[in-house]
Amino acid sequence: MKKFTVLDLLGLDLKEHDALDLTCIGGRPGLTREITVQDLNRPGLALSGFYDKFGPNRIQIFGQGETAYLGELEQLGKTDTIDSLFAKSVPCCVFTHSQVPTEPFRERAEATGCPLLQTDLATSNFSSRLIRALSNVFASHEIIHGTLVEVFGIGVLILGDSGVGKSEAALELIERGHRLVADDAVEIRCIHGNILTGAGANKALGHHMEIRGLGIINITHLFGVGAIRDNKQVQLVIELELWDSNKEYDRIGAEERTKTILGVHVPYLEIPVKPGRNVPILIETAAMNERLKQMGYFSAKEFNQSVLKWLESEHARNAYFQNKDLFRRDSHSDRDQEPS
Amino acid sequence: MIQREVRVANRAGIHARPAAMIVQTASRFDSRIMLGKDSEAINAKSIMGIITLGAGYDTVLNLTVEGPDEQEAADAVATLFENRFQEEPG
Repeated sequence: MKKFTVLDLLGLDLKEHDALDLTCIGGRPGLTREITVQDLNRPGLALSGFYDKFGPNRIQIFGQGETAYLGELEQLGKTDTIDSLFAKSVPCCVFTHSQVPTEPFRERAEATGCPLLQTDLATSNFSSRLIRALSNVFASHEIIHGTLVEVFGIGVLILGDSGVGKSEAALELIERGHRLVADDAVEIRCIHGNILTGAGANKALGHHMEIRGLGIINITHLFGVGAIRDNKQVQLVIELELWDSNKEYDRIGAEERTKTILGVHVPYLEIPVKPGRNVPILIETAAMNERLKQMGYFSAKEFNQSVLKWLESEHARNAYFQNKDLFRRDSHSDRDQEPS
Repeated sequence: MIQREVRVANRAGIHARPAAMIVQTASRFDSRIMLGKDSEAINAKSIMGIITLGAGYDTVLNLTVEGPDEQEAADAVATLFENRFQEEPG
């Protein structure tokens, strides 16, 4: 993985409601310092001189309390704890509420090359945004060769060997009103350890597809912005493969199979492809079926339940109407009891 | 499995035309051919994948080939890089 520096943190491309609004107010030479962990620290304890279990590689956040305490320490001339904070070479110090650190603090930061950042957000709000942003940055990820489309609101990752028709299937899905997230190189990230989201591996290149015989086409321009999406949770994995007559394909679907990507289990289907099989409609149906399952209705299982119920009731009827022995024995016993 | 490093020697880097050449060459073989940059690895049989890799001039890529015809495949792909995708006189 590439190094994630303080400069990268400043340059993070976040949406309005997630923006960190960070500006650098000092210690510029230190902007190349690397951020290695996604945890944050409020350095109150450290400033009071308690350095046990201090996390020196964490981003240090100065809220109103810490900043006020800084001012007090400097008035009292107790600056040795501040010196030891800088000696730990923390990645950066962030001041929330647009607060400005005292001049001596800033001079120390310049001298030790520790970047000082400032945001106008409140501390708790900033912390939660920063944790969210950093957990995204440090999320495990991999690039998968496949196509990610959103079908009826379900993120479907289409896998398969080259030439099996992933892109063609996706194209037909787009034509039918579904959305393309990424083609060919899908970057999958594992968020919070249980959610997979996929996006194009290279945002700069936008939504293009390569279709054999047509070349590279621009989906946004051809089908409009309604046909694309930047990222989507992966909720279903469909593997296309050439029809293998020796292989047993699932005929009932009562068994739930999953594929593990980055440690997360995702529902998984194998769809055999052969000329004349309309793969896009199969994918559409699979997506709708997945929605039904999420809503608690499992077609294959419900069907089997009704079959079982029906068989059971047939058996009971047979016991009444077709078991001649039952009646005969009863008549025998009746006769036996007759007085002679 | 064969692993070797290839260097992008043409000044323009891997744009659409070189990518198409790699894919055409790779698709002739049954082996699984991967090109890696940093920690990312993509299938060399996918044009968009290769372009997305963003391999500019002088980038070193890891070529990984695995399969029945791996030696021929690795040689063929590496030759493309050595010949600078026929873009500049060698």
